[in-house]
Amino acid sequence: MLSKKEKQLIREIWERLTPVAEDIGADALLRMFASYPGTKTYFSHLDIGPGSAHLSSHGKKIVLAIAEGAKDISQLTVTLAPLQTLHAYQLRIDPTNFKLLSHCLLVTLACFMGEGFTPEAHAAIDKFLSAFAAVLAEKYR
Amino acid sequence: MVKWSDFERATIQDIFSKIDKDVVGQAALARCLIVYPWTQRYFGSFGNLYNAAAITSNPKVAAHGKVVIGGLEKALQNMDNIKQAYTDLSVLHSEKLQVDPDNFKLLADCLTIVVASNLGISFTPEVQAAFQKFLDVVVAALRKQYY
Repeated sequence: MLSKKEKQLIREIWERLTPVAEDIGADALLRMFASYPGTKTYFSHLDIGPGSAHLSSHGKKIVLAIAEGAKDISQLTVTLAPLQTLHAYQLRIDPTNFKLLSHCLLVTLACFMGEGFTPEAHAAIDKFLSAFAAVLAEKYR
Repeated sequence: MVKWSDFERATIQDIFSKIDKDVVGQAALARCLIVYPWTQRYFGSFGNLYNAAAITSNPKVAAHGKVVIGGLEKALQNMDNIKQAYTDLSVLHSEKLQVDPDNFKLLADCLTIVVASNLGISFTPEVQAAFQKFLDVVVAALRKQYY
């Protein structure tokens, strides 16, 4: 359950992350690969070493998609419809991995924002990412 | 027995030498109570946990945060046998405190995030992985005596 205040906070934070989407996304992915090596199995077709172009572009894609969802959280199912189909029928990433990436995104934000990543911001974004992941997995079965 | 690489041992020692122990425990516990409010069920005697501001300034939360860090330091001093070192703590959490062990992971995640915001970019992916491995072992040790 997200309050109006939280939705606004989420919108503002992700707006600020949009210009650095590549850095944020790549950092979160690297953290996920380091802490949860099983997640690398989904990327055998890409070069996911630190500094690789694939990592940056893929990280950017993910962060921009989340930022797009953040603009109007009440419309998540509409905004994510194409991504729902992609994940359900093509990518078929086990949804438990969404939690792992969400956690690593939070760690990236903590490193990036320091004290600015307040408990309130943390709670709001954690809730948003959970909702995002749930919608993303809706078409799985 | 858990195998620690030289990098992991050094990294974990280094993290504990860098963090302000009086602050980090309190910050992590407060964050856990704020981000995962159901964890407040175990802290009925702590008084005002009504909102984020109250939790952050609650002196019992601060005191308990220090207790938690103390427990982690015990693991740090017994890195090659955390399971053994934590036997009594595990029994305490299972039989007396009756804490659902799934909650340990929530507090561990909050601790990771607090350490991350303290250390900034020096909390690299590899440092994070080492720290999370340490917390995983601690959590497993705390779960060990549950039946």
